[in-house]
Amino acid sequence: MNAPVRRLSLVVATLFASLLVSTTLIQYVFAADLNARPDNRRTLLSTYARERGDILVGQTPIAESTPSEDQFKFQRVYPQGPLYAHVTGFYSFYGAVGGLEQAEDAFLSGSSDKLFYRRVSDLFTGRRPQGANVETTLDARVQEAASEAMEGITGGAVALDPRTGAILAMVSHPTFDPNDVAGHDLEAVGTTYDELNAAEGRPLVNRTIGGDLYPPGSVFKVVTAAAALSTGDYDEDTVLPGPAVLDLPQTSADLPNAFDGPCGPNSEVTFTEALAVSCNTAFARVGMDIGAEALQAQAAKFGFGDAITIPMRVTPSTVPAEMNLPQLAQASIGQYDVRATPLQMAMVAAGVANDGVVMRPYLVQSIIGSDLSVIESADEQELSEAVTQDVAAQLTRMMVSVVEDGSGQRAQIPGVEVAGKTGTAQHGEGRKAHAWFISFAPADDPEIAVAVIAEDGGVAGSEAGGGRVAAPIAKEIMEARLDQ
Amino acid sequence: MSVISSYTPRRGRNVELVLLIAAVAIVMLAYVNVGLATSGTVPPALLALGGGYLGVAVAFHLVLRWRASYADPLMLPIVTLLNGLGLVMLHRLDLASDRSITEGVALRQLMWSALAVAIAAVVLVMLRDHRILRRYTYLAGAIGFFLLVLPLFPVIGTSIYGSRIWIQIGPFSFQPGELAKIALAIFFAGYLVQTRDALSVAGRKVLGLTLPRARDLGPILVAWLASLAVLVFERDLGSSLLFFGLFVAMLYVATERVSWIAIGLTLFGIGAYTAYLIFGHVQTRVLLWLDTFSPEALSASDQLAKGLMGMASGGMFGTGLGRGRPDLTYFAESDFIIPSFGEEIGLIGLFAIVVLYGLLVERGLRTSLGTRDGFGKLLAAGLSFSLALQCFVVVGGVTRVIPLTGLTMPFLSSGGSSLLANWTLVAILLRISDHARRPLPEPSGPSPVAEARTQVVKVR
Repeated sequence: MNAPVRRLSLVVATLFASLLVSTTLIQYVFAADLNARPDNRRTLLSTYARERGDILVGQTPIAESTPSEDQFKFQRVYPQGPLYAHVTGFYSFYGAVGGLEQAEDAFLSGSSDKLFYRRVSDLFTGRRPQGANVETTLDARVQEAASEAMEGITGGAVALDPRTGAILAMVSHPTFDPNDVAGHDLEAVGTTYDELNAAEGRPLVNRTIGGDLYPPGSVFKVVTAAAALSTGDYDEDTVLPGPAVLDLPQTSADLPNAFDGPCGPNSEVTFTEALAVSCNTAFARVGMDIGAEALQAQAAKFGFGDAITIPMRVTPSTVPAEMNLPQLAQASIGQYDVRATPLQMAMVAAGVANDGVVMRPYLVQSIIGSDLSVIESADEQELSEAVTQDVAAQLTRMMVSVVEDGSGQRAQIPGVEVAGKTGTAQHGEGRKAHAWFISFAPADDPEIAVAVIAEDGGVAGSEAGGGRVAAPIAKEIMEARLDQ
Repeated sequence: MSVISSYTPRRGRNVELVLLIAAVAIVMLAYVNVGLATSGTVPPALLALGGGYLGVAVAFHLVLRWRASYADPLMLPIVTLLNGLGLVMLHRLDLASDRSITEGVALRQLMWSALAVAIAAVVLVMLRDHRILRRYTYLAGAIGFFLLVLPLFPVIGTSIYGSRIWIQIGPFSFQPGELAKIALAIFFAGYLVQTRDALSVAGRKVLGLTLPRARDLGPILVAWLASLAVLVFERDLGSSLLFFGLFVAMLYVATERVSWIAIGLTLFGIGAYTAYLIFGHVQTRVLLWLDTFSPEALSASDQLAKGLMGMASGGMFGTGLGRGRPDLTYFAESDFIIPSFGEEIGLIGLFAIVVLYGLLVERGLRTSLGTRDGFGKLLAAGLSFSLALQCFVVVGGVTRVIPLTGLTMPFLSSGGSSLLANWTLVAILLRISDHARRPLPEPSGPSPVAEARTQVVKVR
């Protein structure tokens, strides 16, 4: 019986050899593939165990990792809570969700290739690997002023430095507290997240760059004016017909002003006055005269249709490609299918402010390693030259008259010349209009450009226009920057 | 069994003692490792627990010195090391799940280990000669089959995650298959020693393979049907494979006829394939095995997938004991203890564990070779092979060599029944090995041959 026992031992050896092969395949050959699987919780947990970098406003962290007693070693904390919720996003069991947490995850978690040498040196020096810090362009005082002014209002506000494109404030209301969804109690976090996701007003959506885009309404008239002035056929003093109602071609529908009556005596206004009182009939006429192509081209120069990342992805704003004359008339006053993000409208104001040059907006000033060395630094980039310097100057004067004599007087700041434009955007029959305001100041040497939207006219109700609700908010935001 | 090998009579008890101390030292090192990784401190109970564990192992060692001084010196250290590593991993998993000492599995496992060692010692003391077991061939067979079908009885039988291989009496759950393994090995050994001559009679020759006579097919058909019943009713491929594989292997050793293996494999293949075609739960198991990461498979169970990810995260060197997340996989302390080890001590550590089992099995088969009686040979070979097959089924199950089953890893996995059965199995192997390695008694008194100064030639 010894021969079969010997052969049996060969069988046993084969069985064990197959186990050595199978374990090698799993733990060595295919290990990387298995570790890279998106449903692999261990990979997520190992990034938890690494100290994630801070997100900073100035020197103050708005997202930081503090040591925790539990198995995850670190707890993500958002000291300012809801104030910067849409800027930071949050870091949870679902990974990094939204905001800079998601957009700059590679740096914050330390997995970016640019941190490779640092990681290698960490390995040898025994230093605990740490993610890089992300320094934002935000101005804490502007952000706070914007958030305060937007209190109780559903909508968004963005402030830019028109000279650089740096984003100074980004507020979306309603907001949420990212700390509620960054805890380590899986069940509680899941419930809170589901509640937030389903909540009315959709607090998780950053209205300034995403979500459902808004019809810009009359603030779009700045774009129409820019297109008209750029043709050379118009200047700020050109006299335009401004009847109470414009009879649209090809249709029985009419286009009335937002107020009763004509825009000026004898139903005539200058271009500047037309913008100041937000004369629908004059702008619809101008739009139809210059044509859809000119309007689209001008909008595109301001950034409409561009897929911009700040580094969060900004939903491209749109001007319809095919329009007949009545549609063009509506589009010229920011209605029909024209849709824009608040950031896009802030870029329009900033472009005018910056002598016609639109700067690429950005939210991250620099990436700073855990040893305080600068890994990456933002470079200011021109996005496009939207209008000539001359046209920009004319537009600025026209927008100043909006604030000084026209619909935007509530944005006036004592001692500072402010340029602005109101908007009251219809968005559906029988629904309250959105209140818009875009502006920049000081008009002669702009330091800040702002766009504000209060959905459904904000608290003041249906008849309120951009001038009544949105302009005071813009004023608060601009003041916060100019007072410094 | 025509050739009898003989060995230089070396007891090896001192070697065993040194290895035993080394084994306990490794276990203590692993325990310290866990303590440092999880709380940054050396566990306060280190010396008490380590000393206690060493005490239990040395006590068994002394029993060997007393009652089986020629027993194989490697088996006890290997088993001590495996059992100890299992304890450390269970303790580590207790920490991960925030289970206190009293509600954790590690302490229970430690008590079971002590009990299992005690019972193994008793078996060794009571069982002076393994050939006594032959007297109970048919009793063992009855017990074996009874234990095998026990989980099918209502009330006590429990189905845990699809496999009905557990019984539950009050707070105690028990896998009777573990004990059935030993009982059936005794039965097969006794039965085959009696019938081996009949079963090895040559029948017809087909394709160069000498088939047995048709009338001798009875026993293998019975074993086959029994194993199929286990597969279908207890829903466990592992147990089924284990018992049928054990029978076929012992049949082959007894008769030296390869044809039995061919017949066995064919029968099992047909049975398994038919079961696959008919039964949904078998199909699910096969789907999980072949296409673990498909959405359908993941919706049925992501346990195997999680285990694989755990092993992958361990990589070559492992995360270190206490530094991985083996607790993310369900049943990390029983069915999936191998992925737990793979994650924390890496491919290298897993190789070491597999090789330890390989060594243990090899010592068992060596014992079989050295044993002088047919029953002992068959029993040692059967017990060793059952151990090997069980390791293959468990490790192969979690590493996708074969479909996953509900068996536990001998000595490592949490579970009292498994510990009791496998320590007893090792006690029997030690008893047989003592017999195998013990030199033949010197003839009493001077024999005429010796007087005549004739040279005695050793035949090998």
